[in-house]
Amino acid sequence: MKYALYTGCVAKGAGRELLVSAKLACEKLGIELVEMTDAACCGAGVIGEDNPIVADMLNARTFALAEEQGLDIMNICTTCQGVHRKAQRKLDGDADYKARVNAELAKDCGREYKGSVTVRHFYEILLQDYGLEKLKEKVVQPLEGIKVGAFYGCYASRPPEASDLEDPDDPDELEKLIEALGATPVEYDERLKCCGFPIIMANKKNSLQLSGNAIVSAKDAGADIMATPCPLCHLNLDAYQPEINSRVGQRLDMPILHIPQLVALALGVPKSELRLKTHIVRPTGTLAP
Amino acid sequence: MASSKVTFRIQRFDPEKDEAPRDQDFQLELEPGITILKALNKIQAELDPTLALRYSCGSAICGSCAMKVNGHARLVCKTQVSDCVKDGVLRVGPMGNLRVLKDLVVDMEPFWDSLDKVKPYLAPDPAQAAPEKERLQSPEEFLRIDPSTTCILCGACYSDCNVLEVDKSFVGPASLAKAHRFIFDSRDAETTERLRKISEKTGVWDCTHCGECSTRCPTEAKPLERIEEIRVKAMTEGHHGNAGARHVLGFRETVGRRGLLDENYLPARSVGFFNIPGLLSIIPVGLRMMKRRKNPPLRPHSIDKVDEVKKTFARFEELRK
Repeated sequence: MKYALYTGCVAKGAGRELLVSAKLACEKLGIELVEMTDAACCGAGVIGEDNPIVADMLNARTFALAEEQGLDIMNICTTCQGVHRKAQRKLDGDADYKARVNAELAKDCGREYKGSVTVRHFYEILLQDYGLEKLKEKVVQPLEGIKVGAFYGCYASRPPEASDLEDPDDPDELEKLIEALGATPVEYDERLKCCGFPIIMANKKNSLQLSGNAIVSAKDAGADIMATPCPLCHLNLDAYQPEINSRVGQRLDMPILHIPQLVALALGVPKSELRLKTHIVRPTGTLAP
Repeated sequence: MASSKVTFRIQRFDPEKDEAPRDQDFQLELEPGITILKALNKIQAELDPTLALRYSCGSAICGSCAMKVNGHARLVCKTQVSDCVKDGVLRVGPMGNLRVLKDLVVDMEPFWDSLDKVKPYLAPDPAQAAPEKERLQSPEEFLRIDPSTTCILCGACYSDCNVLEVDKSFVGPASLAKAHRFIFDSRDAETTERLRKISEKTGVWDCTHCGECSTRCPTEAKPLERIEEIRVKAMTEGHHGNAGARHVLGFRETVGRRGLLDENYLPARSVGFFNIPGLLSIIPVGLRMMKRRKNPPLRPHSIDKVDEVKKTFARFEELRK
């Protein structure tokens, strides 16, 4: 198994522990990765609010780069994944528009998106390509006794037509993955809600309240930690947790792990290599770095 | 197909008797092909006449019967029971973000009020004499507002909007779709004023993009897509004096320079370089991240072959001028 690894911006910036963990987890699983060092930002839905065709060109270029290598893309960010899928649907569903985007792309880099690449998130690849049974065989350090609340991130389930989840309104993919790692999944009301990250600059109060509601909901349901496939959710829930504590009027102490960190831990990657120390809320107990 | 047994778990609440909402189960033997509305009618007629619900046309036109099915807002008249049963159970509750009057009936007043905030009617140029008959549009002009005119004001988007859950002053997705309907109307003369107003706090930039509104919308109005179109127009027409727009500009600038986002630059750009309280407010999180070595590298990263991307941004920047 071999994929083109699309890192996105956060895994190169404020979430470098995510990139390290995803690589280490894949190494343990025998999944070969070729990092796409020449791929640009997906636009995160923001570039498209300035100029939709530029956003589509960035993503068409990324797809073309993977096609040139003959590889499918692995994402490690739910937002990148969702934006890629939306862009791909738009391009694949409208031949004229795709031709226009490719014509523009030809002017700047001579590349062409042909339409042959598959784009999926790390956890979807584990579930669909690798298989949970095979993953279970590789688990050497089952995360027994740890109650994990999965926080999906908006783009994982919405829009449902661009989602890879079987039932986007009530998914269980991450819970199944958590179970396969030996941990106990915790279901809670807010697991599909927005973390508020996109408006952290425009409306901090609302953004922090959204994050606060999510953590309180997970905590009340008994979660020891939360785990997310979206590094933007991670940033809002973890880096802003002191502000969130003030907002909701309680000390939450909720560690927010990246899904690949959790996978790597169960596969026996030493905790010291997963940069858990860089988290604002460090995990405690058996997961303490 | 044979009939099947379904448990309807319905949220009941009578403010005159109950302190808090409670669930009540009703067992129904249902024929295939029945909608949730028909099933609720059956419960009301045969099992409990006190069950309160609101409905009218039964044909997904009037927009009265939006309620939560398994936790998500839907028009129950266009939703099949068989699509929503999980382990023999189907949960029904009132819409979210609105006060429950009784059982499945909510107070729609805040929803109607939110529409008023966007001046939901045509404002033609007063300097132009009124036409003898109607004001005409070309088919192309109409296509621009075609999606937003399909809104049936059911409130499903309002019910599931994540931002409204934490802030009732947010104008909301239905109102933004309604605003779109006039901002993009060729006969409306107040586009600039509408864009200016909607770019202020509680307006178009307070949406988080969570996608609930479009997911729940039973028509082609799809508020999130309309919100994105409003933002593009607001950006194009230079309504840049707010954090949301500055965030977009910062994105364009850093991705256009390096191919990736510069997470050190963007927060300061978004709050505004001369906004001292704003800048001070982002210092604690910055320091906290630095202390943990979680901060983005001070020398920001660029992608390989960044010139390819730079060219695209530069070329479209020229076109804009």
